[in-house]
Amino acid sequence: MLLAELMAWIRAFGPYRWASHRLLNWGITGRTAVIGLPYLWLILFFLIPFIIVLKISVSDIRLGMPPYEPMVHWIEHQVVALQINFGNYAFLFKDALYRNAYMNSILVAAGSTVLCLLVGYPMAYGIARTSPSWRNLLLMMVMLPFWTSFLLRVYAWIGILKNNGLINNVLMAMGVIDEPIVMLQTDFAVYVGIVYSYLPFMVLPLYATLEKMDLTLLEAAADLGCHPTKAFMTITLPLSVPGIVAGSMLVFIPAVGEFVIPALLGGPDSLMIGRVLWEEFFHNRDWPVASAVAIAMLILLVGPIMILQYNQGRQAGAHR
Amino acid sequence: MIGRRSFLVTTMMAFGFAFLYIPILSMMVFSFNESRLVTVWAGFSTKWYVELIHNDQIINAAKLSLKIAAINATGAVILGTLAGLALTRFRRFKGRTLMTGMTTAPLVMPEVITGLSLLMLFVAMEQIFGWPAGRGVTTITIAHMTFSMAYVTVVIQSRLSTLDESLEEAALDLGARPAKVFFLITLPIIFPAILAGWLLAFTLSWDDLVITSFVSGPGSSTLPLVIFSKVRLGVSPDINALATIMVSLVAIGIVTAGFYMQRQEKRRERDIQAALAINQ
Repeated sequence: MLLAELMAWIRAFGPYRWASHRLLNWGITGRTAVIGLPYLWLILFFLIPFIIVLKISVSDIRLGMPPYEPMVHWIEHQVVALQINFGNYAFLFKDALYRNAYMNSILVAAGSTVLCLLVGYPMAYGIARTSPSWRNLLLMMVMLPFWTSFLLRVYAWIGILKNNGLINNVLMAMGVIDEPIVMLQTDFAVYVGIVYSYLPFMVLPLYATLEKMDLTLLEAAADLGCHPTKAFMTITLPLSVPGIVAGSMLVFIPAVGEFVIPALLGGPDSLMIGRVLWEEFFHNRDWPVASAVAIAMLILLVGPIMILQYNQGRQAGAHR
Repeated sequence: MIGRRSFLVTTMMAFGFAFLYIPILSMMVFSFNESRLVTVWAGFSTKWYVELIHNDQIINAAKLSLKIAAINATGAVILGTLAGLALTRFRRFKGRTLMTGMTTAPLVMPEVITGLSLLMLFVAMEQIFGWPAGRGVTTITIAHMTFSMAYVTVVIQSRLSTLDESLEEAALDLGARPAKVFFLITLPIIFPAILAGWLLAFTLSWDDLVITSFVSGPGSSTLPLVIFSKVRLGVSPDINALATIMVSLVAIGIVTAGFYMQRQEKRRERDIQAALAINQ
């Protein structure tokens, strides 16, 4: 086998032996390397950035680059002034614009999660109860939009929803309406965009739990004279709760901070927290306030992220 | 009767699929529209494709995006495979919970937060170490690797957890070193998952707008950045043409991969049957 020959060649190679010897001397084994490399990467590029954001969120804004005051000032020998400013958070709390954006994000994200569930559940259920040969094709069809550009899929809705777009043209040609219905740049468009973009995230975990389900339970219920609707409510639905939780969290969490969809489909007044952060950062160049917005959003999302982690952990445990 | 789909479920399923595909199909149809007014049909034409090919800004951005996506996917696969191995093969190590959290959180973390925090890190690093000097391809690649490795980890982890560990144990018992076991036993078996992870990481990077906006610098406009700045001004038919090309490529890729995987699966089943027959 080519791979084996390559390995043998590398192993016989002087520098490799020297390096592996050195590493072993330092106590670095294969195990530590396998764990350590991704670990260090994630700590450096995922964990530390949050700590920096937290730090900047309590700094003052200043002109210059970077546009925030350092937290620690050297005054004289060994005298250090620590400067922490919670003003950015107070500002977020007092300003109605931020409060509205915050509440609106939760509302829109929760609403679209429910809509996603209503559209996604029958799809997942239907796919799970289709014959296996068709099942793969249908699953592939759910996945396909996920593999194509998110930006372009959101963009597609502009052409459909705008005043002289597909829906209005069709309705006017049919004579249902005389005046175009304003749909683009409304909250309605934002809901449609989120449900459309995140639907695969809802369907796939739901499908995974529904497909695993033991169908003999339903047979038993039918034998005992249970109506299919009641069987669904008392057997299928409770058994699919892990899928419902996973799907809902996978939709809700990213939807709260969504930027692209409200920016392209929403109106100027459909404020969402992700868009507010973007404006603070790119237009007002206020890094401390943008950081404070990010931290405020994180605090909101810690709960849902923990629920998701717990749910995934329990499902993984059930497999073993 | 049990497990049959009812009429209601079938209807709702059809509605769901229509909802998923009508926007994409309408975009594809109108890319062949003669008129600049994207939604009024004025005859068949391929002129937007010609215009697209001659648009240097888009072509250059696409080249840059391809480069970043390929580097990112390769790096993310290496890191993600290591992380997946660490989480499935080493049940106990210090900070395992933290690592699990750090590989799940990027999947759902709103992109604006990830983008902002990575930019803050790069700025702080530049101040302290002088690296990375400014923002551009390097910072974009690092940022993409960080969030796409989480996806690769999930893919690899789920494949590894269903893998029959007795194969690896047998090799270890016969005296193979762990590294050799990995390259000769584990890697060939999980190769389809690695390939899937690579493609996923590639797509995520190719698509990413929000994180890239934060960590990109002058002269590093990737394709999504160019598309977004065009789309913000309204619908434009050459973007429809671009979307049609991208969707078609992805569809061809996915269908081919699907057929390939189904064939592999069937071959494996046949092999298992044959092996069982010999044993009897």
